[in-house]
Amino acid sequence: MYNITTDIKRLSFFLILIGLVAMAYGFFQSLTVVSDDKIKSTVKKIAKELNLEYKSKYKLETKEEKNIHLDEFDQLIENSEEDSKNINNHQKEDYSELIYMVEKKLHCHIDPNHVHTVSDVVYAAKHYFHAKHQRPWSSLLISTLFFLMVSVAATLWWALQYVAQAGWSALLLRIPMAISSFIPYAALILIFIIITAGLHWHHTFHWMAEGIMDPSDSYYDEIIANKAAYLNIPFFLIRTFICLIGWYCFAYLLKKYSLSEDKYGGGTKWYNKSYKTAVSFVLFFGITSAFAGWDWIMSIDTHWFSTLFSWYALASFFVTACAFIAIITIYLMYNGYFKELNNSHMHDFGRYLLAFSIFWTYLWFAQYMLIWYANIPEEVTYYQERYDYYYPLVMITLMINFLAPFLLLMNRSSKRSKGKVLFVACLIVLGHFFDVFLMITPGTMHDHWHLGFVEIGTFLGFLGFFILVVFRNLSKYQLIQKNHPMLGESEHHEIHIH
Amino acid sequence: MYRSAVRKPLITGKKDLHDITVDISRPIETSANKWWWSLFIVSAMAMLWGFGCIAYTIGTGIGVWGLNNTVGWAWDITNFVWWVGIGHAGTLISAVLLLFRQQWRLSINRTSEAMTIFAVMQAGLFPLIHMGRLWMGYWIFPLPNQFGPLWVNFNSPLLWDVFAISTYFSVSLVFWYMGLIPDFAMIRDRAVKPIARKVYSFLSFGWSGKAKHWQRHEVMSLVLAGLCTPLVLSVHSIVSMDFATSVIPGWHTTIFPPYFVAGAIFGGFAMCQTLLLIARKVVSLEDYITMTHIEYMNIIILVTGSIVGCAYITELFIAWYSGVEYEQYAFLNRATGPYWWSYWAMMTCNVISPQLMWFKKLRTNILFTFIIALFVHIGMWFERFVIIVTSLHRDFLPSSWSMFSPTFVDIGIFVGTIGFFLVLFLLYARTFPVIAQAELKTIVKTKSSKYNKN
Repeated sequence: MYNITTDIKRLSFFLILIGLVAMAYGFFQSLTVVSDDKIKSTVKKIAKELNLEYKSKYKLETKEEKNIHLDEFDQLIENSEEDSKNINNHQKEDYSELIYMVEKKLHCHIDPNHVHTVSDVVYAAKHYFHAKHQRPWSSLLISTLFFLMVSVAATLWWALQYVAQAGWSALLLRIPMAISSFIPYAALILIFIIITAGLHWHHTFHWMAEGIMDPSDSYYDEIIANKAAYLNIPFFLIRTFICLIGWYCFAYLLKKYSLSEDKYGGGTKWYNKSYKTAVSFVLFFGITSAFAGWDWIMSIDTHWFSTLFSWYALASFFVTACAFIAIITIYLMYNGYFKELNNSHMHDFGRYLLAFSIFWTYLWFAQYMLIWYANIPEEVTYYQERYDYYYPLVMITLMINFLAPFLLLMNRSSKRSKGKVLFVACLIVLGHFFDVFLMITPGTMHDHWHLGFVEIGTFLGFLGFFILVVFRNLSKYQLIQKNHPMLGESEHHEIHIH
Repeated sequence: MYRSAVRKPLITGKKDLHDITVDISRPIETSANKWWWSLFIVSAMAMLWGFGCIAYTIGTGIGVWGLNNTVGWAWDITNFVWWVGIGHAGTLISAVLLLFRQQWRLSINRTSEAMTIFAVMQAGLFPLIHMGRLWMGYWIFPLPNQFGPLWVNFNSPLLWDVFAISTYFSVSLVFWYMGLIPDFAMIRDRAVKPIARKVYSFLSFGWSGKAKHWQRHEVMSLVLAGLCTPLVLSVHSIVSMDFATSVIPGWHTTIFPPYFVAGAIFGGFAMCQTLLLIARKVVSLEDYITMTHIEYMNIIILVTGSIVGCAYITELFIAWYSGVEYEQYAFLNRATGPYWWSYWAMMTCNVISPQLMWFKKLRTNILFTFIIALFVHIGMWFERFVIIVTSLHRDFLPSSWSMFSPTFVDIGIFVGTIGFFLVLFLLYARTFPVIAQAELKTIVKTKSSKYNKN
């Protein structure tokens, strides 16, 4: 029996406090947003003072005069480079004063490299404030999805132990059970985010924007309108509810049978029930995880599509769930619990982390490489944005999620060491937070992204909440279940070469 | 080693160590029966017909196939991918199931690895004869430049295929052969005829069964298993990239690598199932390849079949969701165009029929298992045909739309490779230990019904 310690409680309350402060700060910041009309009038006014002409669109007169259909592609690139140099030189003289004054007046930041006309200043300022408004919501969605999907993936891990009739893990099945208890909390927050998005409180899901599917609206987007049969709010909510309620019910049943096994024992009756439930859950999750990936993540970049995406996202969440299970188990071992676990169990955790980190990288690479190689405009925009604005973070993510586990866990003896497995598992949690960040932020914040107090603080707040819920649940029941038919195998677990 | 009460015995019929030796060397030490001979003759005839068709192709040129300007790839690549896919189960069983400590693999790994090697040999034939000038075959390797200004295109997935398949073939061959050494030594020690003794003595590399030999053997097995594991994913991923790196609608889709891997395991296990069901009957290995083994393999077929089914539906959905008209048409054309029958043959055999395995009665029925495995072969062949031919035959210009129909040469070469494959397998079944007996003996004390009282 495990009892939640005051240290854990204190830590989790402290983290929750940080999270609340970070979110409050983020929402407070988003209140200072300047409206689109005010931006336009302010920029116009300043431009008038500076005697700059306000044109609604940048005209490419000079470009049109030139013959654009040159035989040699290189020639074309050279010309466009010259053009952009000219434009840059031109605008730097003309617009730096305007940018400076607008920035001072509206308290915003405008990238001078993107400004070629006065209307570009309006455009850039609008984007700045949209991103500012979006920031706390994006960070909320990142942390919610991260912890929701990790809890569900931990349930999947738990179910897979039954499906595969795994023996080694029988001692520690209460850990994924405790993690699965976080599903309803994260699910409620996700539903809140989706409903507020539907009410246009924020602009996370681009396809929910007003008028985007209305041909008479200036904001009309034909490509998005074509997806209306799938991307509409009622159907979206139905899918969300099916996924969340379904997962919760399966986690509930697995927990119920596991506790009944403790209580009543009696041969393999409860084990077989758990087995059947686990099989149904794996089947259900195999289908619903695809919707989860498409709806909650892929639809943020509404134009973009990739058949692999949901599997890739699932791999990311699954390896993180393995890492959390390993971290909690090792933490409890350090505190004197789980005396029966030995370094062969660590070896299996190490294998899980190594194998699924490689699997994640395989899917990352497969998706990236095929899109890069084919270079089709519809698809390549996704990585273009990430490469233009997020390049260092993309590289750091790959290093933490692939190179670190690959190099640190390749060796047999490091897989068998508690400390090393714990270290790599913590790295994996961090790296996959970055990964989820990269799945969501570019589509909602574009180039105005931050990874600062709001994002990290919100994540820490959720981590505190997660720790509190999971450890409270761990202390509710027996830490090691009784009467599980595989317990003996888990107690005597030893990995031979074969 | 402690075992849970829910584990079933993997060796039935109360076998001990000596029984295993006797049972496994029996097919080698006795002569073949009528069934073996008749199957061998039929396969050999098919093989010879295939060789004739290959000779005709090389002598005349690949114009003798049914290819045309629009459909430049058809049966050749379909057969190639089909055979490579079949070869996949061997590595999965020997490497991945080893990693997962699945001891039931010990009764089937030898045969599935043999199947891998024979299947990859058939696969390798197709790119070679597709070149037309077989004697230039070595140009696919990045050899130094003295042949002129030609150099292999490192950007081409076809070249990656050359590396992937040749690595796969060599590693599988070495892994398979190293496992065979102690078993060959066992046969050598029992051999009474001088020629057999000489041959098996040569094949067993002077194995003496010393502790040092065993120690090195185990370390080497582990290293080779480590090398094999990434190959399970890499080989078929690279095969899928032959298509997915292009911009052809229906070919370019990011799910291809993992979905091809799942499909390959699916098809490979079906072939394993087919061969093992015959082998256990013909050389009476029912006590080693038990109903438990058959059921486990059926479950893998069910799981991978469902993954493949999910991938089909995902492709269909994303084609609509993408809003790209070409992509949408490619899938509409697959399902309702002139090749609709091949699409629905694929769907029925790959997605619908394996779902029957959910019923325990059906998945533990040998005849039913055998039939479903044959369905899977058909379905997996049509899957490649659908991907390749339906994406090509109606290309971007409607004026060049066309159809593909195979000639007798196309059919002859395909049937020939099946014959060749069976000839190799039948020869193997009579001269090689079809079960890795040295490894199997390590679990006798825990998994044989003689010692295991569960």
